[in-house]
Amino acid sequence: MNVIFYIASIIAILATIMVITGRNAIHSLLFLIVSLLAIGVVFFTLGAPFMAALEVIIYAGAIMVLFVFVIMMLNLGKAYEKMEESWFSYKAWLGPGILCIILLGELIYVFTVTKGSGRQLTVISPQEVGMTLFGPYILGVELAAMLLMTGIIGAYHIGRRKQKEYHRLLQKEEEPA
Amino acid sequence: MMTHIPTNEGLLLAAILFLLGLIGTMTRRNIIYILMCLEIMLNACGLAFVVAGAKWMQADGQVMFIFILAMAAAEVSVGLALILQMHHQHKTVDVNALNQLKD
Repeated sequence: MNVIFYIASIIAILATIMVITGRNAIHSLLFLIVSLLAIGVVFFTLGAPFMAALEVIIYAGAIMVLFVFVIMMLNLGKAYEKMEESWFSYKAWLGPGILCIILLGELIYVFTVTKGSGRQLTVISPQEVGMTLFGPYILGVELAAMLLMTGIIGAYHIGRRKQKEYHRLLQKEEEPA
Repeated sequence: MMTHIPTNEGLLLAAILFLLGLIGTMTRRNIIYILMCLEIMLNACGLAFVVAGAKWMQADGQVMFIFILAMAAAEVSVGLALILQMHHQHKTVDVNALNQLKD
């Protein structure tokens, strides 16, 4: 079981590195899906089979389909790959990258110095998760429902194509163009 | 098969994924990549919750992951609508083009 965990972790990390260094949006998206599937395997080895299923169905399924639709609607071509290369320059990532690697070193130090738990792995069934979700956390479920409702209304309102009339200050800029 | 819980390794994986998402968010200029890196970071947070829940053998960590999932779905729908509107009005996906408030 632990071997599967390590292999899936390495796949997840490599796929994520490919995502953040990619040039083509669709290729990065495919690597992101691989990374999410690998994390689903990690969930399965951690004794959370329900979360593994949700990860595959909702994250790698529904949310990534939204990304694919938007990238298709934007219709970014070869010209954007060239622009991407000029944007993703050496100077842009060197500073933040080094600082984040220092933070990562500290985290590795913390996690290797402290001792791991000697407990046996127990599988938490979907039944138990459901009982907890609709028991003590029922208020959170209702809040999540309200959040999703506002998400739907907000996405509809923002994504609508309107904008025929501009503000009077913007109108002067738009006319000559 | 009974195995030990890889708590430290799991938290380390979550930390590495979070840092990768953070690097991507800070360095990329394409707004689609920024949104993808936000997804990576949210997913890493969920992984940390699930690892902690596995360590204490409680379902609470997984419940928190479900909440993070719902939040990520709402966030990505609004974010993608904003990207569409940005591409419609500015004809670019470069976040540095959105500096109209500067002048």
